[in-house]
Amino acid sequence: MPFTPTNLAKAKDLIGRYPVAKSAILPLLHLAQDQDGWVTPEAMVEIAALLELTPAQVLGVCSFYTMFKREPVGRLVVSVCTNVSCLVNGGPELFGSLRDRYLDDDDVHVEEVECLAACDLAPVLQVNYEFHGPVTPDAAAGTIEAYKRGELEPRTVSGSRT
Amino acid sequence: MPETRVVTKRLRDRPDDSWTIDAALATGGYEALRKALVMTPPQIADEQVKASGLRGRGGAGFGTGQKWAFLPKDVFPRYLTVNADEGEPSTFKDRMLIERDPHQLVEGIVISAYAIECHLAFVYIRGEFALGYERLAQAIRDAYDRGFLGTNILGSGFDLELILHRGAGAYIAGDETGLLSSLEGERAMPRIKPPFPAVEGLYAKPTVVNNVETLATVPHIVAHGGDWYAGMGVGKSTGTRIFSVSGHVERPGNYEVELGTTFRELIEGLAGGVRGGRALKFFIPGGASSPWLMPQHLDAPTDMDYVQDELETMLGSGAIMVFDETTDPVLVAWRLARFFAHESCGKCTPCREGSGWIERVLYRMVHGRGRPGDLDLLLDFGDNIVPGLQAPFAQTTICALGPSTMSPVVSLDRWFRPEIEAMLKASPAPAAAAAAAGAS
Repeated sequence: MPFTPTNLAKAKDLIGRYPVAKSAILPLLHLAQDQDGWVTPEAMVEIAALLELTPAQVLGVCSFYTMFKREPVGRLVVSVCTNVSCLVNGGPELFGSLRDRYLDDDDVHVEEVECLAACDLAPVLQVNYEFHGPVTPDAAAGTIEAYKRGELEPRTVSGSRT
Repeated sequence: MPETRVVTKRLRDRPDDSWTIDAALATGGYEALRKALVMTPPQIADEQVKASGLRGRGGAGFGTGQKWAFLPKDVFPRYLTVNADEGEPSTFKDRMLIERDPHQLVEGIVISAYAIECHLAFVYIRGEFALGYERLAQAIRDAYDRGFLGTNILGSGFDLELILHRGAGAYIAGDETGLLSSLEGERAMPRIKPPFPAVEGLYAKPTVVNNVETLATVPHIVAHGGDWYAGMGVGKSTGTRIFSVSGHVERPGNYEVELGTTFRELIEGLAGGVRGGRALKFFIPGGASSPWLMPQHLDAPTDMDYVQDELETMLGSGAIMVFDETTDPVLVAWRLARFFAHESCGKCTPCREGSGWIERVLYRMVHGRGRPGDLDLLLDFGDNIVPGLQAPFAQTTICALGPSTMSPVVSLDRWFRPEIEAMLKASPAPAAAAAAAGAS
């Protein structure tokens, strides 16, 4: 959906902060993802109009960055690190277990990611960019379930608190 | 051996509230800024920062004062951009500094901006650092409220606006010029140098890009003097540095020590040694991009020049990864190769294509389908990215990511060739392996 009036005001404020409007493209994509749960084609068209770019230019930038989801991913994005410090501490097993467990759950999107800069917590994952580690597969599933039940308050899928 | 805590002092002393404005002000926060604002910019840049010998803590280790001195005289506006896009595998020091002592960073930014006569600064923070973003955003708001940012800072007449900018998931945005591309609203593709950012950087204006830990050090240099800082460390590696130690160690974590401290003191002392009493097989001394070292190098000093000249690797981002005797080095090399292949931005052909080829050959080696000669094949790929594969390094790519893809491969060749050739000889012939894979 289009930016709400509140978010449209935020968008214009963001654009005004930069010496060149185009610099606001990542902040605006985050804002759209905060609002809609993913970056919709409509959002890219709207952002293009706000920044006087073409929608193709916005898509070109958006598709470069892994945090922007160009299809619905559900409410929770679970990012599991399997880079080397996690590799030797059970990261791949953690990822495999969670991927299989939530394969049919539309609320939970499990993805394998590169180093999250938290190797002292290996194996580590993030739920909507909140760190949890070190975790066993069962403990991780317990945490994800706590988010699902509302006992833990998740950030947006872009990692914001709104 | 104890740590020498300079940039980690506040966050270790006050673990419960080190990130708040109250904790900062109660522990000398912004006192260095007051001191700096009655000095002239050259007094800070030359007599303190340059004299301190401080070198960039992001990876390249370039002299900070020297970098600032590259700004062309009398060209304005100029920008300061903080590289907070920490993504080098196994590095987790900047995230700690941002989350747990954001005011130290803000103070360093204001002093540095004053020293280079800049009035608009940016922090490009890694998108995945949600808590770090919140803590730093709050710190910036508090700094504006207290008059440490904005117009006429502390009555000095100096103005500075600071914009906090979130990335969105791209390792290459941590490259100096990739970061500038991203901040301008483009894909984070590095640019060819020259022109260097100091001459033509953000919006084609003179720009300094400094790492978080580098700028967090600046208030301490101003507070205690460049000579004080230069008195710590060894040779041209002055001062202290945070090392992120992880992998197979008893106590993974960030440890701040004087440069020159040996790898043994970090790995066996502060980090508690290899986990479970196992033997060390190898370690990576400076992030994924650095060639590996072996147990016989444990007593080498963490001296940037010694490590580069004598050991043919680098201290890079200060991330030490430790692997015990049960580790398959080919598996580690493959995972790092996959990282580089995933993060290659695609601009330069040798890196875009070569990183993928390297990953696929290592993958088949990991899975028992390697072929005799695969190690030489990998080196041949590498020769197209880093011609000659030895110092002085040439490269066929714009940025350092391409050459970095070769570090794991060069390390396998340097330290594990006999083990790997024996493994490759024992591998089934390709046709048999393919048949076996198809049948399973």
